[in-house]
Amino acid sequence: MEFKVSNAPFIHNNNSVSKIMRQLLYALMPAIVVYVYFFGWNIVVNLFIASITALSCEALMLLLRKRPLRAFLTDYSAIVTAFLLALALPPFVPWWITVLGTAFAIIVAKHVYGGLGYNLFNPAMAAYAMLLISFPLQMSDWSVILDTLSGATPLDAIKNQLKITDLKAWEWINLAFLLGGCWLLYKKVITWHIPVAMLISLIIISAIFFLINPNLYSSPLFHLLNGATIMGAFFIATDPVTAATSNKARLIYAAGIGILIYVIRTWGAYPDAVAFAVLLMNMAAPTIDYYVKS
Amino acid sequence: MTHLWKFHGGIKLDGHKTLSCDKPIIQAKIPQFLVLPLLQHKGEPADPIVKVGDYVFKGQIIAQNAASSIHASSSGTVIAIEAHNIPHPSGLKVDCIVIETDAKDQWLELEPISDYTSLSADEVRQHIAKAGIVGLGGAGFPTHIKLKPTKIATLIINGAECEPYITCDDRLMRERAKEVVLGAEIISHTLGGVKRCIIAVEDNKVDAYQALLIASANSNVEIIKVPTIYPMGGETQLIEVLTGNKLSRSNLPASIGIVVQNVETASAVYRAIEYGEPLLSRIVTVTGSGVHKPQNMAVLLGTSMRFVLEQCEVTSKVNRLIMGGSMMGLSLPNDDIPIIKTTNCLIASEENEIAASTMPCIRCGSCAEICPMDLLPQQLYWFTKAKDFQKVEEYKIFDCIECGACSYVCPSSIPLVSYYHYAKSEIHINKSEAKKSELARQRHDFRNFRIEREKKERAERHKKAATKSKAAIKAEIAKARAEKT
Repeated sequence: MEFKVSNAPFIHNNNSVSKIMRQLLYALMPAIVVYVYFFGWNIVVNLFIASITALSCEALMLLLRKRPLRAFLTDYSAIVTAFLLALALPPFVPWWITVLGTAFAIIVAKHVYGGLGYNLFNPAMAAYAMLLISFPLQMSDWSVILDTLSGATPLDAIKNQLKITDLKAWEWINLAFLLGGCWLLYKKVITWHIPVAMLISLIIISAIFFLINPNLYSSPLFHLLNGATIMGAFFIATDPVTAATSNKARLIYAAGIGILIYVIRTWGAYPDAVAFAVLLMNMAAPTIDYYVKS
Repeated sequence: MTHLWKFHGGIKLDGHKTLSCDKPIIQAKIPQFLVLPLLQHKGEPADPIVKVGDYVFKGQIIAQNAASSIHASSSGTVIAIEAHNIPHPSGLKVDCIVIETDAKDQWLELEPISDYTSLSADEVRQHIAKAGIVGLGGAGFPTHIKLKPTKIATLIINGAECEPYITCDDRLMRERAKEVVLGAEIISHTLGGVKRCIIAVEDNKVDAYQALLIASANSNVEIIKVPTIYPMGGETQLIEVLTGNKLSRSNLPASIGIVVQNVETASAVYRAIEYGEPLLSRIVTVTGSGVHKPQNMAVLLGTSMRFVLEQCEVTSKVNRLIMGGSMMGLSLPNDDIPIIKTTNCLIASEENEIAASTMPCIRCGSCAEICPMDLLPQQLYWFTKAKDFQKVEEYKIFDCIECGACSYVCPSSIPLVSYYHYAKSEIHINKSEAKKSELARQRHDFRNFRIEREKKERAERHKKAATKSKAAIKAEIAKARAEKT
């Protein structure tokens, strides 16, 4: 009898890129539910618009680059990018901002760099930064929430020395992200190194300044539970493609993000800083890998 | 409870061992033809010492060289010495001695040793060499060479058997525990007496462990249970777990006073000394979805795999045949291949594996987490892809034991082990080419030097000759003048 020949090993644990990406999407669900509870269904519309745009752009780029459509369209990586971007945008942002941002994420930040596995920057964060710089007005339009919750985005509020009446929504959303993140840890989709190093470095640096002058600097708890901190720690900084490789290198990479978040939030021009902190450390990741090998 | 260490990473695997582990070892039939390859492990092929037409007895040496000897595994007539398929990754054909058996199974007279303790280590080792015993765990390294080093403090008999599907060692330990223990004692004697002699068994083989405990009751052999985690049976991993010593591949275990032998090797050594029996058969696990009767069989070396599979009621829908386990085994192109000394398992599989399409590496790091040698498989992969072999070596590719754990967990289904194979062979080729060109350079330099030297010598000679002839002419003239006057 003749047989087919292949190479060892002949078994596999059945993990796949698409399974990892699906698990990421599941882990985002609690935060989406809480988001809907506080800000209404608009976020769902945004997630939908972003996903359609992402899949279309992915298909277009795959065709242009002559890559297999099916394998890459079903890997869910484009949807993850779409979800992360939509969740980072203000909920009542004009639809074309969502479309433009997602298209930029997939076409420029992902495929121009070589597609899945080759991108230097986190696509969702690159798109977010592009939008923030190009359309500052639309990107900081939290007016509807201002009406309903009588408060601007929390970090903007602090910046403008406004009175904050309701931070609860963000705290709950962040706790929901934390829940999803812990599930990812439990499922071993991510390891503890990046979230822990990023959060601890943020706590330490904010605690130092808070202890020096509590009137001028906000508390560590405030930094943890507001803005995109938790989402960044568990869902964005952990993107393996754009992070450093070895565990030790990942600790350094994530600690850098934590510190940069604090620096940009406290002394920078933009209200939230996760996107810029992540992008800056994305750039540093290859260098960290070069010097820190195991 | 003995203190155990841990090795880095490792994976839990579905063993598939219950398919075959509960049935006793049965004796396989004598085939009509025996095909005995002259090369069954790394090294030089043995030289045949029989001719076509010769009658050979069971146990008679039919080929040998310094490293190994090959015996007729049953009696019959040598009908050919010709190239034949053997289990080899590249489908290599190797010269084999083909014997047509006469079903009489007539033994050559055996020479058992009644008391090996009265013999010197060297003499025992010669008996082991004569019996043609090699490492039966997989690599097939000649045992007598492995038992040469002196100053060995610890002997480890490896009964971990961590690969999925394989149960031949399990069955052997259950049924012939005494042989394993006594074999361990003989090996220990051959090494000049060791301080510790350990038989290590994975803790999923409860019955084997119990049998060994009973068999070793009156001896110094320790039986130690080790956790069931792949690749526990790897030499470096087992040494690390039992002794805490982390070895790199460039250091042989003997350099830290350790020798590791497989359990079946120990039993073969026992039989060679106690009964004078050379290595003529081995236990083979025949398993997988493609056989109705998965079981362990004692198979004569040289038996065709097809004949073995038939005895296990092979189905007609087998798609793949693997020799060895499902993690490190060798996929074979057909079943017209003989069972050799290192054939511990045959997996006949009906599954038509749909190869998951390979995706790009997403740098998830799962591979580095489970690598039992604590390497960075992902970096090795990237550098191999970039053909930066210097970096590949820097990242210790030669420490890789090719256990396949990285490929097993890779979410992108990248055939990492195949990349490492490629890198290793490229590096070897580059090195041998570098060596060749270095030799050529040296030859060239020497040639230039020689030409230069010869030129000088010639010049010297000419000069001498010239002065000489001048002197001679002068003398001649002087003579002539003298005659004139």
